[in-house]
Formats: sequence, structure tokens, C-alpha cells
Amino acid sequence: MSAVGHEIHGDHGHHDAHEHHHKDTFITKYIFSIDHKMIAKQYLITGIIMGIIGIMMSILFRMQLAWPEESFTMFKIFLGDKFAPNGVMRNDIYLALVTIHGTIMVFFVLTAGLSGTFSNLLIPLQIGARDMASGFMNMLSYWMFFISSVIMVLSLFVEAGPASAGWTIYPPLSALPQAIPGSGAGMTLWLVSMAIFIASSLMGSLNYVVTVINLRTKGMSMTRMPLTIWAFFITAVIGILSFPVLLSAALLLLFDRSFGTSFFLSDIFIAGEVLHYQGGSPVLFEHLFWFLGHPEVYIVLLPALGITSEIIATNARKPIFGYRAMIASILAIAFLSTIVWGHHMFISGMNPFLGSVFTFTTLLIAIPSAVKAFNYITTLWRGNLQLNPAMLFSIGLVSTFITGGLTGIILGDSTLDINVHDTYFVVAHFHLVMGISALYGMFAGIYHWFPRMFGRMMNKNLGYIHFWVTAICAYGVFFPMHFIGMAGLPRRYYTNTAFPLFDDLQDVNVLITMFAIIGAAFQLVFLWNFFYSIFKGKKAPMNPWKSNTLEWTAPVEHMHGNWPGEIPEVYRWPYDYSKPGHDEDFVPQNVPMKPNEEQLHH
Amino acid sequence: MTSLLIIAVLVLLGIAIWQLTKIFHLTQIGSSSNTENSEVANDRDNNVNGYLMFAFVGFIYIFTIYSLVKWGNLALGTPASEHGPQYDNLMAISMWIIFIVQIITQFLLHYFSFKYRGNEKKVAFYYADNDKLEFIWTIIPVIVLAGLILYGLYAWTNIMFLDEEKDDAIYVEVYAKQFSWEVRYAGPDGMLGKANVRYIEGVNTMGIDLSDPAAQDDITTNELHLPKGKKVIFKFRSQDVLHSAYMPHFRAQMNVVPGMVTQFGFTPTMTTEEMRNDPQIIEKVANINKIRSARSAELTAKGESALDPYTFDYILLCNKICGASHYNMQMKIVVDTEADFNTWLKGLKPLSVAVKEAQQDAAAPAAPEAPAAEADTTATVAADSTMVAQLIRK
Repeated sequence: MSAVGHEIHGDHGHHDAHEHHHKDTFITKYIFSIDHKMIAKQYLITGIIMGIIGIMMSILFRMQLAWPEESFTMFKIFLGDKFAPNGVMRNDIYLALVTIHGTIMVFFVLTAGLSGTFSNLLIPLQIGARDMASGFMNMLSYWMFFISSVIMVLSLFVEAGPASAGWTIYPPLSALPQAIPGSGAGMTLWLVSMAIFIASSLMGSLNYVVTVINLRTKGMSMTRMPLTIWAFFITAVIGILSFPVLLSAALLLLFDRSFGTSFFLSDIFIAGEVLHYQGGSPVLFEHLFWFLGHPEVYIVLLPALGITSEIIATNARKPIFGYRAMIASILAIAFLSTIVWGHHMFISGMNPFLGSVFTFTTLLIAIPSAVKAFNYITTLWRGNLQLNPAMLFSIGLVSTFITGGLTGIILGDSTLDINVHDTYFVVAHFHLVMGISALYGMFAGIYHWFPRMFGRMMNKNLGYIHFWVTAICAYGVFFPMHFIGMAGLPRRYYTNTAFPLFDDLQDVNVLITMFAIIGAAFQLVFLWNFFYSIFKGKKAPMNPWKSNTLEWTAPVEHMHGNWPGEIPEVYRWPYDYSKPGHDEDFVPQNVPMKPNEEQLHH
Repeated sequence: MTSLLIIAVLVLLGIAIWQLTKIFHLTQIGSSSNTENSEVANDRDNNVNGYLMFAFVGFIYIFTIYSLVKWGNLALGTPASEHGPQYDNLMAISMWIIFIVQIITQFLLHYFSFKYRGNEKKVAFYYADNDKLEFIWTIIPVIVLAGLILYGLYAWTNIMFLDEEKDDAIYVEVYAKQFSWEVRYAGPDGMLGKANVRYIEGVNTMGIDLSDPAAQDDITTNELHLPKGKKVIFKFRSQDVLHSAYMPHFRAQMNVVPGMVTQFGFTPTMTTEEMRNDPQIIEKVANINKIRSARSAELTAKGESALDPYTFDYILLCNKICGASHYNMQMKIVVDTEADFNTWLKGLKPLSVAVKEAQQDAAAPAAPEAPAAEADTTATVAADSTMVAQLIRK
């Protein structure tokens, strides 16, 4: 199949003609581009901007948590007098910040910014294709993402405040403006933005799947694909399976809000009157939401794991350990991720028997995750580790993935979930295992493929500073949260001063906030490095990390079609690092096997 | 204390940054001698970062130990329900497993990063796969998790599947609304009457169907009292949005969902008084009061009123985002001996009586809403809401 794809698409004669006839204008090159490399950059920069907004928000609410109800000039500047009268944050605005922080980080930064960027950049380049299966759909996908980002940001300026029902937007709170001001126009914009986002994500995912299946170059069998591509491919598949469910949930919620249906609402008495809703169930919404929501965790995480697999192998100068086991783990995680959503709902009021089933499936996920972690560690063993910033972030990812993943054993156990559900223990768990880990994966990817994207190198020393401070602060923020969670402190509390019981947790909260502020401040080092290097960075050679994959065989100067002349043909798997019998410690995939050369892996 | 922590953090960060600038200089030297600064890690970078990796596992260990020593006592302490010790036991087992795995894997990860840091003269060992190893680290988690799953499911079944046939259980309805809780006891007949938000009117704030015979002796109140040693089966209802009834000291939590009744049951094993004399709680309360008096001193210096000293009480708090004042939706729980509990309960007025009284009070001065009330088949009566509040407090 791949050979056929190659022939159809690899008609380079036609392609060259295309290059000559057509002069790119600024608009077709930088704005409405259908070139996957440009679209990747667009995704990346939009994602970074959304990330800045999301992280800024977290600093604002962390300040409120550390020094509750105090007046800050920062609040006056960023929130204004309406949201923070006299510089004191309003209690519903606190919830709005938490909500939008979650939404932006999960969907806009770690789904679109991470998977959108690197799937677009790497799928065609690493499988040896001229572009995505449909460049036009790819462009549409980006622009719908852009529109949804704009709508989400606009919702911050709504009179009554943006959506404030938590990123999970459970009705009835999200359905009734009487319940919280943010459930008015702010919530409508949230739903519209997410509906567009989902459409964008689906278009992207379909494109990735079709491209991976059809457009692999000659010799690029499925078992010769780099693990990055495997991860992006499977991520796209679970995205296609689960995002539509969130779309229907969002649409039904819109109906409940605007057209008086009762899908999720029943028997409600609020603001002194009984509402007409009858027969709906909020628990139904929870099911629909988490049917996406849990796979979403892996949509965020798998690309990061794929990126790290590639970077760790390259920088360890060693084949990734257990290539097939890694693929099997990705498949197992993807499959299990779609049947574990109930572990978010152990105490939602659903039948306790279902709780038993979901405990079982959830704890099973620990097995492929453990296999992955051990395989990473074994890959490092007896390697020749080139500790580039990308490698440091990859090792950091394995570290936070283990630390965060282990507490999943507690949260995935329905019994233990009873008392830590919705406490800071959960916040600590998911931030480490999916937030920080995926963010590290994104940073690793940026440092590693920056030369591929911009033809220049990022400054490594700034990269080292960025990594080490971030690594310390990430643990500094999220490790103590386990303890305040075990003390029973619920999440999404505007202040803990209403409970004398929690007075002894205040100094921990101050410490967490200090780490958060320092950690966030050092992201400026990264931003400076990133934007400065785009224009002024050192010119990159063709293959700076001496990597095996095909993207490093394309010229530094970008061109539509990726390779001048023929598409490279693939003769070996991508992990022939330090293979005995070769002069160099790497053998790119397009190098034919020597006579009598043996394949040393299984 | 807080300032000390901040100073500690700043010092640690200072050291980190100092070290990093040192690296910066070292790498500068390395690259200048290298003539071309390629932005790719050279041996010096590998060395410095390798050592930092080793230091980082030290940081993880030290931070873990520090956290355990400093914050380990923040955890909830002695459980106050019958299933509590089982819960805590399962938690302890899981925690031990987590800590052991964490200590080993983090060590291996960072130690290998240090030990095998790159060197131009070295070549990595080509080692692509080993089925035996893969099998070992698949089967170990399988066995450990099988144990955890089995124990977990056993405990879950014990806690969640309530034996409704047992007649010595008492039924308590916990009712949630933005942003407070109410309680209804089943009364002598041991049965909670039917209810729906459509019956809410005046004194009848929980929407109880007073035409239901089972509802006649139902008692409503704003404070949750529980008898020690008796199985309590909670029925939860919400009138507006999702809430969650979280009773951390009893290791109990259940969401409260509008439009349906959820349930949870446990047996309290320690009265409030006994819990106040628990050594861990005494220590915790003393610590909290120290913090509060320091804070009070600050407040009075600023001319504001001081904080009340804290005495321990069980609490029920809302743990599902429910609106602007979610952070302050709480109710006191009092656990008494069974005799004390019964005396307390006898002192309360059943709702049907309260409704009748409100009806009479309202009827005395020409009641304007009386016709509407008569038309209502539920036999509830509209009453002045300020009156309602007073009645309930009695």
C-alpha cells in the first residue's frame, strides 16, 4: 500500500513544474498556507500564545490561594475593577480563571499546540510524504482552531464573566445563569468555541490517519515507522472515536440552555422558583463528557511519549528498548483509555457495580504504562547520553510520568477515591502525569525539532537553565499538593479560610505559589530563546542531532514538497544507533543494508 | 514559619541558579576551546548535566523526606467510621508500594542519566530488545495490581453495597442547595416520606410531600447529628446544581445530584468528644490555634476583630463546584452516644407540626395567600419565610 501511495504522490516531475509556475505570495506562504510545515508553525505559535494566557491565569489564582482576599495591583491590571474590585479577586472570577485555565491548557495548548504542531510537522517528514493527504483540509483545521481560540479569548471579556463551571462544565451549574453569572453568555461562547475546536481536531485527525495509512514512502512498513508516528497515529484514532461524543454533549447542553430541552436537567428549584425541566440526568452528561475526557488525557500524553521515545533513542545513541513492546503499549493504552472513563465518576451516584468494573480496567492501564517507563530506563542503560535540552526534558518527562502515574493507583481504586476525590491530591496527580509530562514533551519536541522548523538552533545554555528551574519548580508546586489533598482540602475553593480545620495548610499554599511564580517567570527564558532564535539563532546544519529519521534528510531550506527530487526510500528501522559494523554511531533509514548486514532487532 | 519556608525556597533556588550560571560559564569555556559553538551538547555539557541529574534524584529524595516529616501529620488521622480503618489500611498498602517503586525507578532513571552521560570516546551498547525482561516487568505489575484490585474491590463492596434489610439502620436525608445543607430524619416510623422540589413552599424548604403518611413524623434540621455505633444510611438530594457531600473524617463522600437520590452508608465509631481527645487531633488543634492566635494578633494590630479559637468538630463540606460561594458550603456534624442522640432528636419538632404552626400563625392575621394554599393538593401552606427561619431555629 505504501508503494502505491508513493507513486501517486511522489510524481516529482509534476511537482517541480508546480514549484516553478507558482510564486507564493505572503498570504499563501504565511497565512493561508497549505504546507504542513507552515501549518505546524502556526499551530505552535498559537499554542504558545494560548499557553501564556493559561499559565498567567494560574499565577493569578495561585496568588489568591496563597494570600486570600488580599488586594494586588496585578489583579487590578489584569482583571480590572469589575472582576477584582479594589484589587481583590471576586469569588466567581476565581472559578472562571480555574475553568478557563483548564480548558486552555488541556485543549488549546496540549491538544492543538502539542499534537497539532508535531503531527503536522513530523508525519509527512518522517514517513516520507510530500505533504498531508489533504493540504486544504489541514489548512481549514488550523483556521478553525484559530477561530475557536479567538472565541475562547473573547469570552473573557463578556460582561458577566467567562464560563465558570469548571473545565468539566457539569450541568446544571453550566446550564443555569441563575446558578453562576459565568453560565450566561460566557458559557455560550465556551460551547461554541469548543464545538469549532472539535471540528478542527477531527479534520486534523482524519488527515493524520489517512496520511499515515496511505502516503508512507517505499520501504516504510508499519513496523519501520518511528514511535512518534505510531503515537500520533493512535492519538488521531482515539481523537476520532471520542471527540464526537463531546460534540454531542456540548450540542445537547446548548439545547438545554437555549431551547428548553431536558437532557441533563431535572427537578430544579433555583432563585425561588421551580424550573420546568423534568427527566434529564446530570450523570448522563458526566458519562458523555468523560467518554471523551479520559481518552483526552491520552490524546495529550501519547504524542508527548512518542516524541520522547524518538528523542531518548537519538540522544542515547541507542535503539529504543523494546520497539514492539512500545507499540503494543501504545495500542493497549489507547484501547484501555476508552473503557475507563467511569473512574472519574466513582461517587457520582452511578451503580457501585460499575465502579468495580472501572476500577479493574483503570488499574490495568498501569501495566502498559509501567512497560513504557521501564523501557525508557533500559534505553538509557549503557547509552552514550547526549544531554541536549530536548533530552533533559525527555528524561524529566519520564520522571514526572512515574511520579504522577503512581498516584493513579490510588485514584483509580474506587475505594480510595472516596476520600481523595476532587481534593488537591487529584490536582497533584493529573498535573504531574498529564500536565507537566505533556508540557515537557512539548518542550522536548520544540528544542529537538526547532532546527527542522526554523533552520536555526536554539541556545542550549538557556535551554539548560529553562529545564533545571522548571524541573525543580514543577515538583515544588505539585508534590506538596498531595499532602494538602490527603488533609482533605477540596479543589476549586476560592479561599480555605472558611474552615479553621485547614488553617495549618496555609503555609504549604504559600510555598506552592512561590514555586509557581518562579517557575512561570523562568518560562520567559524559554520564550526569549524561542523568538530570538527564530531570527538570530545559529544556522542549523542538516542533521544536528545525528538522527536516523527521514526528516533530517530534507534540506534545511523549506520547500513545498519537502525533498527536491525523489522521495527517499527506506531500508531499515529508525533505531540503528551505534550498530556494530558501521563507522558512524547512526545509520539513517534511507541507507541501504550492507551486504550481509544483519537485522539485530526483532 | 511561612517566611522561613519562603527563605528556604529562595536559598535553594539561589543555589540552583548559582550552579546554573557556573554551568553557563563552564560551557562557554568548553565551546570557545572547541572553536565552533554548535548548540549541540558537548562533553562538558554532558558532564555538568549528568552531575545535575544525579543531584536531582537527591533533590527528589530530600524533598520527599522533608515533605513527609513536615507535612506528613497533615493527613486526616484516626478514622471515625467502621469502614475507616479498612480504607486507611488499603491506602497505607498502596502508599508503600508507590514509595518503593518511586524510590527505585527515580534512582535508576537519574543514575543512568548520570552514569552513562555522553563522551566522545564512548560508543553505546546496541541492545534493542529482550523478551525475558519485558515479560518480567509486565508480570510484576500484573501480580501487584491483581492484589490491589482484589483488596480494593472487596473493600468497595463492603462500603458501597448497603444491606437495606438490616432494620437497625437509621435513615437520614442530606439535602443540598446553593450554599447550605439541610437534614431530614425519618422519625419513629423509620421511613423518609416522598419529596420533590415542586412541593417546596414556606417552612417546607426541602419539598417534602406532606400527604405521604411516611412523611408525617419526618424531622428537619440544619445540623447533622449521628449516633455512635449505629449504621446510618444517607439519602442525598439536591434542589439546584451538583454538590458533593464530603465527610473526610468518616472517609465518606457521595455526589448530590438534582433529579435523583444518591446514597452512602457508614457507622460512626467515635463521638465528637472522643475525637477531640484523640492525641493526633489534640496536636492538630493546638497547632491550628497557634496559627490562629498569631493571625489574630496581626488582625487586632490592624484594628480588625480577632479570630475565634478553634475547637474540633466533624464537618460535612461541599466538594463539587457549585457556584460562587462553593468554598463556604459546610455543615457541622455531631456524633453523640445513642442515648444523647435520641434525646436530641426528641427535642426537635416534626415538619408536619412546624407546617401546621406556621399555617396557624399565618392564618391569625388575615392570610392573603390562604386560598392558593387550599387549592394546593399537597396540603402545604405558604408562610412568611422569615417566620420559617425562626421556627426552624427553635
